[in-house]
Amino acid sequence: MTMVVLRNPRREVRVAGDRRVKDILRELDVIPETVLVIRGDELITTDQVVRDEETLELRPVMSGGGGLEAGRSGPRPDAAAALPR
Amino acid sequence: MKCIKCRGQAIIELRRHNAAFCASDFLDFFRNQVREAIRKYRMLTPHEPVMVAVSGGKDSLALWDVLIDQGYDTTGLYLDLGIFEYSVESRARCEKFASARGVPLVISRVADEVGAPVPVIKQVTRRPPCSGCGLSKRYLINRVALEHGIPVVATGHNLDDEAATLFGSVMHWQTDALPRQSPALPSTHPRLVRRVKPLYRLSEHETAAFAFLRKIDYIVEECPFAKGATSISHKEMLNRMEEASPGAKHNFLFGFLEKGRPAFERTERVALNECARCGQVTSGTVCAFCKLADQVKRAV
Repeated sequence: MTMVVLRNPRREVRVAGDRRVKDILRELDVIPETVLVIRGDELITTDQVVRDEETLELRPVMSGGGGLEAGRSGPRPDAAAALPR
Repeated sequence: MKCIKCRGQAIIELRRHNAAFCASDFLDFFRNQVREAIRKYRMLTPHEPVMVAVSGGKDSLALWDVLIDQGYDTTGLYLDLGIFEYSVESRARCEKFASARGVPLVISRVADEVGAPVPVIKQVTRRPPCSGCGLSKRYLINRVALEHGIPVVATGHNLDDEAATLFGSVMHWQTDALPRQSPALPSTHPRLVRRVKPLYRLSEHETAAFAFLRKIDYIVEECPFAKGATSISHKEMLNRMEEASPGAKHNFLFGFLEKGRPAFERTERVALNECARCGQVTSGTVCAFCKLADQVKRAV
């Protein structure tokens, strides 16, 4: 499983790995342009494949408030609850 | 995905430009966009001091970084809003940034100027917190710049900010606000400094990526009062449109600036006076900031 670190508030979810970033974002209901996708200390594009055991940080980019809790810039509460822990 | 410039590994995709860049070429792209914004609207001149309004967030610190890099004579201005730990953290980011680069930072506390910090202003006025906060920021930024003899203030408003503001104005057909929305606002009174937004061509995804690549330590957490703000919901709607149609936000804003704004520019000018209390500019007798301060002082 791939660990995904979400912010505002900070939390972690596990998703199936060996997939492209864009597939993971789709599962988490995150619009790509609303986050920086960070692997280690590098930015990566959404066509990159993330392996099992790797960790991704999805850092929200929206200023003025909201962040990942505020709807389409992050998983909806029901979507997050359905994710495997 | 490959960088369109060097064919190396891309680290960011810009769908609205049908482009992708490696880190080095993205930094060049970003700085060139700022340069083009400054050139197109004649925002700044090389030997003129500029005050950069900084919040500790990615946009304003990225802007300050670029302006320093391009040789401008900058002074930062941080307004301490008194919003609990958020203000403590954001102020620390600004101080660290300024100290590391050896550039001056002016700090002004809203509580000293209005009589109470933003959380108390919110309670006293019973208006949304962003209302009193925004009013205080606009007033104090102008006043502090004047006090330091700096003729122009640069803010970190980006493409998303500007598109969301435009969306809100159009939703309510605020025809008085539409002519005032511009990347560069001239001084229309001796006691008003110019205001410029050199990041208006860049999305907040791009400013965040720039700040990350430049290793700028910015505050990722958002203002606790911003949750539920109308501007946020407008940004979310625009992001949905952008996802379906890359370039939607750009076309909305740039189309307005080129075609829409001139149609809303009024020929008559609002008469500007100097506030009977503080001497700052107002369209009335006493400015909105002094009225707010009175309201706070009566209640505190």
